[in-house]
Amino acid sequence: MAAIVSVKDVTKVYDGGFQALKGVNLDIEEGEIIALLGPNGAGKTTLISTICGITTMTSGTITVAGHDIQKDYRVARQMIGLVPQEINLEPFEKVIDTVSFSRGLFGKKKNRSLVENVLKTLSLGDKMENRVMMLSGGMKRRVLIAKALSHEPRVLFLDEPTAGVDVELRKDMWDIVAELKKQGVTIILTTHYIEEAEAIADRIGVINNGEILLVEDKDTLMARMGKKHLTVELADPVGDVPAALAAYDLERSEDGMSLRYTYDTKADRTGITALLADIAKAGLTLRDVKTDQSSLEEIFVGLVQGDAA
Amino acid sequence: MNLQAVRVIYKSEMSRFFRTIAQSFISPVLSTSLYFIVFGSAIGSRIQEVEGVSYGAFIVPGLIMLTVMTQATSNASFGIYFPKFIGTIYELLSAPINFLEIVIGYVGAAATKAFIIGMVILTTSFFFVDITIQNPFAMFAFLTLTCLSFALLGFILGIWAGNFEQLQLVPLLVVTPLVFLGGSFYSISMLPPFWQTVTLFNPVVYLVSGFRWSFFGTADVPIAMSLGAITLFTALCLAFVWWIFKTGWKIRS
Repeated sequence: MAAIVSVKDVTKVYDGGFQALKGVNLDIEEGEIIALLGPNGAGKTTLISTICGITTMTSGTITVAGHDIQKDYRVARQMIGLVPQEINLEPFEKVIDTVSFSRGLFGKKKNRSLVENVLKTLSLGDKMENRVMMLSGGMKRRVLIAKALSHEPRVLFLDEPTAGVDVELRKDMWDIVAELKKQGVTIILTTHYIEEAEAIADRIGVINNGEILLVEDKDTLMARMGKKHLTVELADPVGDVPAALAAYDLERSEDGMSLRYTYDTKADRTGITALLADIAKAGLTLRDVKTDQSSLEEIFVGLVQGDAA
Repeated sequence: MNLQAVRVIYKSEMSRFFRTIAQSFISPVLSTSLYFIVFGSAIGSRIQEVEGVSYGAFIVPGLIMLTVMTQATSNASFGIYFPKFIGTIYELLSAPINFLEIVIGYVGAAATKAFIIGMVILTTSFFFVDITIQNPFAMFAFLTLTCLSFALLGFILGIWAGNFEQLQLVPLLVVTPLVFLGGSFYSISMLPPFWQTVTLFNPVVYLVSGFRWSFFGTADVPIAMSLGAITLFTALCLAFVWWIFKTGWKIRS
């Protein structure tokens, strides 16, 4: 697939001298959902703001479907919709008016039925004539999404769409994103919730200190970097890990009822067969065996800490 | 040119005007009526005619200018400051529009509001005093240019202001005193010679004088100077707005 958004060597130094982006390169493919994961202050919002034209970059180039965002800003921006992190809405306006306003701002002709449809898809069909200030926080977020979708963009940026929202609304948001992907919209979202990236993204980019540390297919990332754990539950507690099993570097649970073995899924030999055989030899009786894969969170923490070191 | 964007900005600014109709409409009419009662009837009855015009009629152009200048400034400054304050400015910055289109939308709406208010005050004044407008064309031209230039000034203030206090600062401390001392309620010839000279440094004098000339055919300063002054003022504001556009001052980080 061709890159719809292409970011090349982008740097951003703010007036105070703070370097928020240090040579960022990123290609976003059409139709994908990419999650930019990073701690607060990593440069996620600066990167999005730069692509959308809110912040000017210090150096580098960005194109959207081949159009330079500076030289050809009208065409480039028309293809982009942005949902900001903060709920920035004019409180006294009616929902339908504020969404129609956004459509006009992006140069599209008035089209009430299209705007109504966008609102209905976002379950705001019965709130169109309400003033924005009458809506709940969750509905206001939907209005922001409706505004961003009102001009039928090909690329949608969601800046921390679920920061500070309750679990139910977060799930709703994920459903909306999945639905948009089905319609062919490319989605870039920033988040510091790892479970969010894990749940909805196709690819994950990890950003920290203004640099992209890696961009990888979610499944590949987890498989490549993921360690797996094998937990062996015992019928009877053990005091210490038997000397015969010392080579496996097992972790004993506090009550001595289970032992945990960590192995690399990529390795030629995982050592599981030998371990189980040695456990039997050591005279321990197994009650149960389970495996689990390390979460994206562990990968992420590992990367960010490695970066800071 | 993104005409749709200009249209929606203009429309949404105008709808704010009509939404707050009491504040934006009734209050200037009420305050003007009060001026007529106090200055026109109570004090005016003790003042002789000024340059052959009854005092009540004499103050009409000044009253219109006073309100139009302050309204154009405050409407335009609030119009662009409000999105900055509530954060909706992100949309203007990420939309496929240029600064010129933003200016036309906001300044156009603020100038229109001020123009409407000016016409309402003029209409109100017909109920209080007898006036004839000798040169309606010049009157409309002066009114339009004043609305536009002060809306541009307001736009610049709105971009510059970092908080509500700063937003009020210039209109309260600069515009209002200049307008009050700009010959709105008196003819410069009524002042002692020293103050007549000082007054000539007040740009508003030229605007009020020119506007009054279009009503009564008499003026404190030559009409050509008034025309020159309003043109110069408009040009200065336009140049400043152009500079903001070029540098992204206070808008884009």
